[in-house]
Amino acid sequence: MGKYVAKRVLTSILTIWLVATITFLLMFLVPGGPFLAEKAPSAATLEALNKRFGLDQPKIVQYKNYMLNLLQGEMGESIKQRGRMVQDIIFSGFKVSARLGGIAILVAVCIGVPIGCIAAFNRGKWLDSLILFFSTLGIAVPGFVVSTVLMVIFSVKLDLLPTYGLTSFAHYIMPVSALAFYPTAYISRLMRSSMLEVLGQDYIRTARAKGLPQFKMIFKHALRNAILPVVTYLGPLLAYTLTGSVVVEKIFTIPGLGNEFISSIINRDYTMIMGTTIFLATLLIIMNMLVDIAYKIIDPRIKFK
Amino acid sequence: MSELLLNIQNERLSFFTPAGEVKALNDVTIQMKEGDVLGIVGESGSGKSVTAYSIMQLLPHTGRVVGGTIEFNGHKINEMSEKEMQAIRGNEVSIIFQDPMTSLNPVYTIGNQIREVIMLHTKKNRKEANERAIELLTLVGINEPAKRLKQYPHELSGGMRQRVMIAIALACEPKLLIADEPTTALDVTIQAQILELMMELKDKIGMSIIMITHDLGIVANMCQKIAVMYAGKIVEYGTVDDIFYNPQHEYTKGLLRSIPKLNDTEHKKLVPIEGTPVDLLNPPKGCPFAPRCNSCMKICLNKMPEYTEVNEGHISACWLLQKKEFEQGGK
Amino acid sequence: MNNKNKLTFHLDVSDFLPAAEEEKQSLAVMRESVSFWRDGLRRFKRNKLAMASLVVIILVLLFAFVGPAVYPYSYEQQIRGSENLAPMEYSAKELARIESGESVFPHFLGTDGHGRDIMVRLMMGSRISLLVGIIASALILVIGSLYGTIAGYFGGRVDMVMMRIVDIIYTVPDILIIILLMVTLKYPMKNLAENVPGFEWINTIGVGLICIFIVFSLLYWVGMARIVRSQILTIKEQEYVTAARALGASHSRIIRKHLLTNVMGTLIVTTTLQIPSAIFTESFLSFLGIGVAAPMPSLGSMAAIAIDGIYTYPYRLLAPAVMISLIILSFNLLGDGLRDAFDPKLKN
Repeated sequence: MGKYVAKRVLTSILTIWLVATITFLLMFLVPGGPFLAEKAPSAATLEALNKRFGLDQPKIVQYKNYMLNLLQGEMGESIKQRGRMVQDIIFSGFKVSARLGGIAILVAVCIGVPIGCIAAFNRGKWLDSLILFFSTLGIAVPGFVVSTVLMVIFSVKLDLLPTYGLTSFAHYIMPVSALAFYPTAYISRLMRSSMLEVLGQDYIRTARAKGLPQFKMIFKHALRNAILPVVTYLGPLLAYTLTGSVVVEKIFTIPGLGNEFISSIINRDYTMIMGTTIFLATLLIIMNMLVDIAYKIIDPRIKFK
Repeated sequence: MSELLLNIQNERLSFFTPAGEVKALNDVTIQMKEGDVLGIVGESGSGKSVTAYSIMQLLPHTGRVVGGTIEFNGHKINEMSEKEMQAIRGNEVSIIFQDPMTSLNPVYTIGNQIREVIMLHTKKNRKEANERAIELLTLVGINEPAKRLKQYPHELSGGMRQRVMIAIALACEPKLLIADEPTTALDVTIQAQILELMMELKDKIGMSIIMITHDLGIVANMCQKIAVMYAGKIVEYGTVDDIFYNPQHEYTKGLLRSIPKLNDTEHKKLVPIEGTPVDLLNPPKGCPFAPRCNSCMKICLNKMPEYTEVNEGHISACWLLQKKEFEQGGK
Repeated sequence: MNNKNKLTFHLDVSDFLPAAEEEKQSLAVMRESVSFWRDGLRRFKRNKLAMASLVVIILVLLFAFVGPAVYPYSYEQQIRGSENLAPMEYSAKELARIESGESVFPHFLGTDGHGRDIMVRLMMGSRISLLVGIIASALILVIGSLYGTIAGYFGGRVDMVMMRIVDIIYTVPDILIIILLMVTLKYPMKNLAENVPGFEWINTIGVGLICIFIVFSLLYWVGMARIVRSQILTIKEQEYVTAARALGASHSRIIRKHLLTNVMGTLIVTTTLQIPSAIFTESFLSFLGIGVAAPMPSLGSMAAIAIDGIYTYPYRLLAPAVMISLIILSFNLLGDGLRDAFDPKLKN
């Protein structure tokens, strides 16, 4: 176990470093370099700016400096929001996004898992068909469509819910629904098929042959095995929530990290783009690592090397 | 009739699949007394497992008993609810499955899975159940039982797992143990050990066994009575001696011809039974074995043969027997 | 004995004559054996949902690729005076033309703020989405299956190194890198198109689209590579491959003749299911304004534009939203149907 964790941590660090390096290199494709953007200012300001962002040094030194700063959690100064440090902007945005995304993931799991189980237990009946229909539809509708349709219905037509900001409970309803829509549908499909597979396994027959009551058979023997694929989906789910929050935050004008990321792209705030990419990538890689390790703990079959 | 432990009368069972009704069992009649060891032999799809599962009502929901009665230990099985069945399963009747590799839940320890059945059917608490589990593992010949209880199924070998399955099955000292090809998935050397263990335990606990297999060698060694099944029907039923030394049904004869004998002095060729079993979606109106039978007669194709009593307790359903009687009667 | 003799009364001696071989055979009902593809095709045809989605896909393909050619308006044509028309509405100018006896083609879905017909933009948008989905999936198919086949077939150290690379790419958060690449690749691409002869075609296709393809072929093939590799590893152990090798077949022949034919089912299914996910990503990027560049419409960018006017023209959102959901839904259902028919193992 310890060895596995060590190996997993090591590859994660390697991947994070790789992403940071790629990000850094890609930024030099931008005319003028990442710290300047493409608009050419006068020679005097250019020199001043070059000095300010350390661009007068050779690229390898810049790289070394950036990486060393990164290790200390320093991501430099934002180009467009002068005077603010990138990591501070990221941190304040992330607080908002994490709450929104966390609630959405919770909602998706808490609704998706039971719905999928219900469908599996009623295989072939109308309830199953109904759930299957909606979950199939659910994975076909992009997040921005869900968001905007919700907005048209509940804000434009019915005028029930607020369209922007995140200050009260009512503010959360639409963004969370929009964000949780796809994963709920996906999890319920995943849960249904995995539950059906588990119910056909020999050990379920063994449990029945022991004379176990139905609910105990399901909760003890079936669920524990059937939920494994959902655990593995948590990694991709997190990635989806992060990207989904970009759209949702833009539509509902929520001051989260996603919105910050999009405006930094539109404003060509390259230090922000770099910082956000590296931050989100690191977050995802670490979360994926944790999910992998959690999976090994839940499923004792997998031997640790 | 009350002294019978198991009394299956004219059971008919069908699977209702999207493709149609599959008539899996056709007028199956089995009677067993306490302490009996019955072997059910036949090829895949002949209905041997279905017969056994129907005693425990363990069939998938598409399978339904459409006729006949099943009585076990005084319970009218086919009239009982799922809840009533739960009290019997694992308690009065247990089963060992074919594949020990997949029959144990991979995410729980051996101990957990043995204790579960003990605590379900007895009033023992966790600690007592644990002691009983250790006792059971010792009984089935597993060394270091206390250590094994903490292990997961994947940490044990196939033979060990089958011993664990036997321990689970025997936990509540059932009246009847159904063994559904318990050794098919195991190595030959392990097979012998497991069978020996089962016979030993049968005497210790005093239970009856239904041994489902396609291996005639196993039934010869273990069973008193043998039922030969073909296409959902018992085609011949008798003692081991009846079946091995006086087989009447052409299918039984074919089966016997297809086992190798080590002590043959001359080199005989093994004779396989040609052809494939009938499609139970559209069962023929005559004898199901007719298309593969070497002595097939015209009547075999059109009429189902009745059972003929060859001698006390030895019956067979074959037109050849009827023909013999017909000729004798004609004299 | 007595009760049994009763039976014999209605029996005939001739019944006990041996039966002829043909009579026996007529009873042995054999199910006809069918080939893998025929069997799969039969199962697929029986799947009504999958067949229906196939029809929908064909209709959408016609709509997107034939539609703009026969439609009287073009997607970039800005009709003066016909701005912001509601569905089926005519502008004052057009009404005057109708009164003077001219026939004016109606704007089925109205026009946008620039006086562009939304219907034809929807057709073009669908075309872009479908193109992105199909081309990206084809790229993924080629790269992923080649990579996976090589890794799986040669095994050993080659496989180890190749799969470590896949592992790393797999953990790289794709959408972030895509956005990053889309943002940064634009400049060198533009540069290439404008300054290097022979690369003018980049402008015709559009820098945005090219970037999408590059990004997809850089990142998205790893899933395909993993699936193909594991299939190859299983098939490699089969006897017929050993037999072929024993007969002196070359590496490329074994890969082509034995391995690829056997993973075909998996490839078709995975590729079909890749199409909607590529369309999903493209619409997402275009919605954020970093995908397909104006004036070329995309379903995502049409939805983005519609949002700006959501209070005044909420219906404008409907057309691209329904279209994209329909496309993704039908490809998903088609893929599911193909999987059930040709590759039941792949379920989940």
